[in-house]
Amino acid sequence: MTALQDKETAVSTSATLSLNLIQAINLAMREEMRLDERVVLFGEDVGARGGVFLATEGLQAEFGRRRVFDTPLSEASIVGAAVGMAVRGLRPIAEIQFADYMGPGFDQIVSQAAKIRYRSGGQFTAPLVIRTPSGGGVRGGHHHSQSPEAYYAHTPGLKVVMPSTPYDAKGLLKAAVRSDDPVIFFEPKRIYRAFKEDVPEGDYVVELGRAAVRREGADLTIVGYGGVMPDALKVADALKAEGVSVEVVDLRSIVPWDRETVLNSVAKTGRALLVSEAPRTANFMGEVAYTIQEELFDALLAPVSQVAGFDTPYPYAQDKVYLPGPNRMLRAAAKLLGY
Amino acid sequence: MSRVTSPLDLLRVMVRIRAFEEAVGELFVRGGTAGTMLHLSIGEEGAAAGFGLAMRPGDTFTTHHRGHGVFLARGGDPRRMMAEIAGKAAGSCRGRGGSMHIADVTLGHLGANAIVGGGIPHVVGAALAARHLGSGNVSVAFFGDGAMQQGVLYESMNLAALWRLPVVFACVNNQYGMGTRIDRAAASLDFDARARAFGLRGVTVDASDATAVFETATQVLADAREGRPALVTLDCFRFYGHARKDRSPYRTEEEEREGRSRDPVARLADRLRGEDVLDDDTLTAMRDDARREMDDAVAFALAAPPPDLAALHEDVYAPDRPAPPSVDAYHALVYPEGEARA
Repeated sequence: MTALQDKETAVSTSATLSLNLIQAINLAMREEMRLDERVVLFGEDVGARGGVFLATEGLQAEFGRRRVFDTPLSEASIVGAAVGMAVRGLRPIAEIQFADYMGPGFDQIVSQAAKIRYRSGGQFTAPLVIRTPSGGGVRGGHHHSQSPEAYYAHTPGLKVVMPSTPYDAKGLLKAAVRSDDPVIFFEPKRIYRAFKEDVPEGDYVVELGRAAVRREGADLTIVGYGGVMPDALKVADALKAEGVSVEVVDLRSIVPWDRETVLNSVAKTGRALLVSEAPRTANFMGEVAYTIQEELFDALLAPVSQVAGFDTPYPYAQDKVYLPGPNRMLRAAAKLLGY
Repeated sequence: MSRVTSPLDLLRVMVRIRAFEEAVGELFVRGGTAGTMLHLSIGEEGAAAGFGLAMRPGDTFTTHHRGHGVFLARGGDPRRMMAEIAGKAAGSCRGRGGSMHIADVTLGHLGANAIVGGGIPHVVGAALAARHLGSGNVSVAFFGDGAMQQGVLYESMNLAALWRLPVVFACVNNQYGMGTRIDRAAASLDFDARARAFGLRGVTVDASDATAVFETATQVLADAREGRPALVTLDCFRFYGHARKDRSPYRTEEEEREGRSRDPVARLADRLRGEDVLDDDTLTAMRDDARREMDDAVAFALAAPPPDLAALHEDVYAPDRPAPPSVDAYHALVYPEGEARA
């Protein structure tokens, strides 16, 4: 990893592997299950089949059916059972097959898991992880493409995470498993197999709540997370060729989010372009924009701007139109730079 | 329709369903579908045709992600369904939904659903509406055995029984929820008992026998129309993988051979041949007609234009609702003049 990104401590790493994002997720679970007997993994078709995207491939074979098991299609009870396990000392990882399927489990996530610590006066908590593939780009239609992270970010008591690189996916998931509070771990499925990078084999974590600066720059800050990041980097590279210096910040954690890194960057560049694929209205970037204007009003050279998904249900046949790709980012960047 | 349905009608619909599924499967392989997920109902034609033909015009229904067959049996137009799956504006939902989200309100189809169990409670509401409006119609929820473990089914069953609604819950039990066989998802496979526990009639029928399904459905629908709802389990076998790409590594070849021996199309065709109601030429002609019809649907879908870019923003709200100013300004920011605006 670049020095820019890697402020984390990598310890006892003997070798590196070239992995894509989903392989890194698989490795994170394998390592955490080896390290901690309390970690259990369950969900729809995660066992023998290894998950619909193969995130859990081989884990039941290694750890057995007591620790890696299939559930019926019962999302409310999958999450609810994870709450009960977590309260009683296990470290459950519940896979919800698509983020769109979290709906039936919504109450158990936002009204139960999120509030356990608070409502018990701190007596107990629910240190569970809900892993779920989210976002569009796989031509799945409106029940297989949603980006619901803002619903969960809006719920105090939950942590919300979305990696964009294999290295981070492993480190963030390990941190999520070790978190003493419930973590919703969104996996940007359209980049599950988009690229490989070197991932240390062995124990390291990427601390929750810390953004990564992917490119350093002076003229414009692009802030994003998850599936939009590869395009954001392309845009930064394209603008660099035109003499524009773009800083790219990958939030990685949505709650808690790294205000300091974002504000430091925008204080330097004076221009912020916030990129996500969730629908525009009330998406999480609205919170980031609010914070930037509140803290940096005098330093801004242009209005804080967004490129996001449209305020429509996710369309079946228009993936490429819906997703904010490099062209839309470039247009928005040009507008900010010419302000 | 039900009073004039003959076994040959059942067979013809089943043959058409199979031809549709084969054609759309080929379309998928050729890259002609807009989506990456396609769930075929081959092996389930007896359930779809037997139940679908027993329903009356005006009856409403919801289906699941494997619902092509039911829709065809209810009079669905293969051209519009194929165009929908190809993501074209000529599709029944303007290319918005695809295979898992087909709906056609003119035929009572209140929507397929890609959330397992998502469409089940809608039939409770549709039945309440039918009673409120005095239409005399029944509403039927079609879903798979995977949904038998969703809590919302039991809430809906309770409501239907409590309020004596004209509802039928139709579980197409093809034995598999994705890669998980039903006996690994449910401790009790006595679904009739579940129905009885909620105050509904429960009946299981071998759905490789389309005429048996038709007879059961006719009776159950008549009862439902009188306010006696039921859960019907249509027992069958999913011939192929969960989706078009799934090679079913979780089951044995022997199990597949055994399951595919329960072929509803072959079973009825064989019976009718034995009764001298059907000869080989007639069956061949029936298959050729179906194949031609579905080839025509594929050609129609491929030739149809894609949805207009601006249509992306339509149907989110009622058409007379002005776009919020913030959204309008946002479009102005990310698009050049006029592009992709409703």
